[in-house]
Amino acid sequence: MYFDAIARIVSERTGCDIADIRPESKFAELGIDSLDTVELLMNLEDEIGIEIELDRKVETINDLDQFIQSRQG
Amino acid sequence: MLKGKTAIITGGSRGIGKAIACKLASMGADIAVIYAGNTEAAEKVCRECREAYGRSAKAYQCDVSDFAAVKETVGRIKADFGTAHILVNNAGITRDGLLAMMKEEDYDAVLDTNLKGAFNMIRHCAGLFIRNRGGCIINITSVAGIMGNAGQCNYSASKAGLVGLTKSVARELAPKGIRCNAIAPGFIATDMTDNQADNPLLERIPLGRMGGTGDVAEAAAYLATAAYVTGVVLRVDGGIAM
Ligand SMILES: NC(=O)c1ccc[n+]([C@@H]2O[C@H](COP(=O)([O-])OP(=O)(O)OC[C@H]3O[C@@H](n4cnc5c(N)ncnc54)[C@H](OP(=O)(O)O)[C@@H]3O)[C@@H](O)[C@H]2O)c1
Repeated sequence: MYFDAIARIVSERTGCDIADIRPESKFAELGIDSLDTVELLMNLEDEIGIEIELDRKVETINDLDQFIQSRQG
Repeated sequence: MLKGKTAIITGGSRGIGKAIACKLASMGADIAVIYAGNTEAAEKVCRECREAYGRSAKAYQCDVSDFAAVKETVGRIKADFGTAHILVNNAGITRDGLLAMMKEEDYDAVLDTNLKGAFNMIRHCAGLFIRNRGGCIINITSVAGIMGNAGQCNYSASKAGLVGLTKSVARELAPKGIRCNAIAPGFIATDMTDNQADNPLLERIPLGRMGGTGDVAEAAAYLATAAYVTGVVLRVDGGIAM
């Protein structure tokens, strides 16, 4: 549901081609470490108007997407 | 020098915290004072920051040892000031006694306020700093955490713990441009040391006297602006712990 927004921010940050980012892409493979994922979520807060805290490790784009959806209720 | 920055000072109502709040305000920072119960003193510090230095300042009553309360308070500071750039973890208590006689609650109270309190604050401010890609954390530890002190096993443990916390946070958040340092004061004249003017340790201070709260505030001012300094423990102790 938030895949497009996440993919856009990731590609802006890392300079990788957005077409290469898939739901199952691992953050580590995209050059994003776990502290970066915290920052990523902050950027998403601005973009999609949510306010949530990342309190666990997420490995893939889909993990983060699912996490946001679970916190949205 | 700190214009446009917001500084949160825990235990900013009295003693060392008050001196740090006023010093940072004099350098242009807006001030959020966190205190435990002394509303009148906290409001007075805020008034001084506003009237003497023309900064915005607000006091927040919050027990720093309470994880949920700290989260709520940092949320209120964010709503009031927009964000925060400097965090000074200064709130601290003592419950001195010989280890062989120490009550569990006295151990827990000191660790909860001095060490967990700092963790709680950093935990809930980290998001603001990460979002800003910058921030400055100053933890007020003590020479007791470096040298140990008979009759203060709980306090010394909490302050030594703060040193480890400081260095780990400095390493972990450095990639985001966030610095974390500690100040280790020696004997400073405040309410906390009120009845220690005849403490025999005073004779062992190379500079031969107690320090003032302004001495610690000067160190905080330095660390708040020292862009290439992280992970240090700066002693402000007249030389006692060298
Ligand atoms: N004085 C020294 O010689 C010395 C030496 C080494 C290190 N230090 C350290 O320096 C720091 C400040 O010391 P000080 O002498 O200025 O102390 P102080 O005069 O006793 O003031 C303590 C401050 O901490 C606040 N506080 C206490 N428990 C709190 C809690 N649970 N939540 C929020 N705020 C709380 C108090 O708020 P209220 O006003 O509302 O009670 C007050 O503002 C402490 O961390 C202390 O360990 C002091």
